Amino acid sequence: MALELAEAEKGKTETVEMNVIEAINRAMDDEMLHDDTVLILGEDVGKDGGIFRVTDGLMDKYGKERVIDTPLAESGIAGTAIGLAVNGMRPIAEFQFSGFSYQAFHQFESHAARMRKRTQGGITLPLVMRMPYGAGVRALEHHSESRETYWIHTPGLKCVIPSSPRKAYWLLRASVRDPDPVMWMEPKYLYRRGKEEFEVGPDIGIDPLPGALIEQEGDDVTVVSYGASFQVAAKACETLEEEKGISVELIDIPVLSPYDSETVNKSVRKTGRCVVFHEAHRTLGMGAEIAARITEEEETLFRLEAPVVRVTAPDIIVPLLTREMAYLPDQGRLVEAVEKVMDYGS
Amino acid sequence: MEEGRSERTVPSRRWSDRKEKQMPRSEVDWPNEVTYLQILDADGKVDEDLEPDLPKETLIKLYKTMVLVREFDAARLRLQRQGEIGTFAPSTGQEAAQLGSICALKDSDWFVPSFRETAAQVWRGAKLENDLLYVAGFEEGMALPEDTRDLPISIPVGSQVPHAVGIAWASKMRDEDTVTMCYFGDGATSEGDFHEGLTFAGVFEVPVVFLNQNNHWAISVPRERQTASKTLAQKALAYGIPGVQVDGNDVLAVYAATKEAVDRARDGDGPTMIEALTYRMGIHTTADDPTKYREESEVEKWRERDPIDRMRVYLMDKGHMDEDDDEAWREEAKKEIKAAIERYRDNVPDDLGSMFEHTVAERDPYLERQRKELMDYWERAGVEVGH
Repeated sequence: MALELAEAEKGKTETVEMNVIEAINRAMDDEMLHDDTVLILGEDVGKDGGIFRVTDGLMDKYGKERVIDTPLAESGIAGTAIGLAVNGMRPIAEFQFSGFSYQAFHQFESHAARMRKRTQGGITLPLVMRMPYGAGVRALEHHSESRETYWIHTPGLKCVIPSSPRKAYWLLRASVRDPDPVMWMEPKYLYRRGKEEFEVGPDIGIDPLPGALIEQEGDDVTVVSYGASFQVAAKACETLEEEKGISVELIDIPVLSPYDSETVNKSVRKTGRCVVFHEAHRTLGMGAEIAARITEEEETLFRLEAPVVRVTAPDIIVPLLTREMAYLPDQGRLVEAVEKVMDYGS
Repeated sequence: MEEGRSERTVPSRRWSDRKEKQMPRSEVDWPNEVTYLQILDADGKVDEDLEPDLPKETLIKLYKTMVLVREFDAARLRLQRQGEIGTFAPSTGQEAAQLGSICALKDSDWFVPSFRETAAQVWRGAKLENDLLYVAGFEEGMALPEDTRDLPISIPVGSQVPHAVGIAWASKMRDEDTVTMCYFGDGATSEGDFHEGLTFAGVFEVPVVFLNQNNHWAISVPRERQTASKTLAQKALAYGIPGVQVDGNDVLAVYAATKEAVDRARDGDGPTMIEALTYRMGIHTTADDPTKYREESEVEKWRERDPIDRMRVYLMDKGHMDEDDDEAWREEAKKEIKAAIERYRDNVPDDLGSMFEHTVAERDPYLERQRKELMDYWERAGVEVGH
């Protein structure tokens, strides 16, 4: 009944102010209206509305057949999502925390990532694996990691991390429509921090997944970030601009894989300096790839006026809650790093 | 079905119900027995024929520990709501399931918990102040006493089951006379690790006891939605392991069943799985709101089966305690908790650099560089613990 009413909403668009949780909820809602093969499955996503309330209200609207409370079995969730996708559905599978997605690792790596190759394009898997990640919300062990590298390192998977409500809405809808498996990581630090106003609606136009996004143009230094760190970086850039007169070109890379180094390298050729800022560990974090692609391209390498600097979390297990904020790279560290590359050689 | 008996109502799963549509078959003989044990009924009346022979001191210690842990949950909840400590998973309602089982172990046996075994941990000698340090967000609370045979809590559901099997396997390989007891919940029996662990335990006949606390809820998913299996105990049968059900709010039944299983394991007769039927009376963790998904009337029914009330009636009937004792022990528990909170507060660490410890045995020079960079930054920027 609720769904019939909702059908009438289909053509409607409206401008709404939302936080990240509301934006993700609305994106799934609109995508389910837009395409009746889209369904949600995961632990506590139905009656409870997700432990962060991300799927709140969706079971009431779409019923237990499309918003499914699963047994407590992550490999089962991932594996059946693959099967559902093989047979004509577009599943959005939720993993309660990225720290509990590893029970399903072999389904991601051995099957989701390889099905296209292993059938020579005969079977493709349009599915989204949603998982909250990241520190800063006083959570327990296994609840605060930022291990996107696992997915970035696996050919055949895409990895997307939004950094604002608007991007969460748009990118999730694009991910659902993407023909390949998307590892969709939600920065839970941003879940309820800040709202944005933007246009939504089941049938509005949705652009496909983008490359790197230049969020602010600048001349002196390129700062690359994503996810929750991007918001910290944006604040640091304001400080740098206002207090130090440093003109930062700020780039968000919501799609970490495939990584759009063309846009980033072009920016670095312009500024001659690059600082990467993320809360993933340093070794083999995204910053390693960004730096490598800069240095392996002569035309970019020889335009560098300072070494590429990574501001990241250290290579240690995320500490428990009293030390996690010290562990997380903060605004001050980014400001210092940018000043350091600006002063390099002088 | 008796109140508290946990069975899923399922349509027939027998092939023979569709006999007319099938090729004729012969039956396979397989061990398909699941028994149920209760010794103290819901009112605390004991079945004297089954009453285990536990000394008065042990019974009183069990009761006092139940009271202590119940009070400790209440105290932790207050601290959590005030923001002093972080998320934790209360044991409330499951004290008999944990204590009736853990008391059947010797100190030299191994204890492998999930994340809701505070009562069992306290029985094994865990210090309340260390638990507080841990939930407040300090790794220092995780330090183990020397020679302990307790594993740390395991948060990823069911992941500890194969560890327990490995520990028990090593005991067997080393000819040690020890038993390993592994705790997990109803939700865990859906996880692959559970099934792989039980498969190994059955094949290698290791001395392990699987103590399943079926508290009927895996966050918002009720037992009957968790699996179409009629009982959880029967899952063990598939791996060639006996599976039994007990009233998990009956401390005597839990003890009696566990003791048999522990003896069995110690005698070299292999693993057992016990499904203790209990109930998560409160929240899953402090991050949870059960009013969203379950009826208060269901909780009310289980409140009438409270394991502590039942044991109190039993102990009073036996003349082991009276109302004054009860009052005095409750006060004693509160005092102990208060003192533990003070000890925890007096020992709150203030350093940050320790987050780099215990990564691997060696000090990787590149990691040391990261430590130095960060420590210099923290000093310059005035970053502190809890910042």
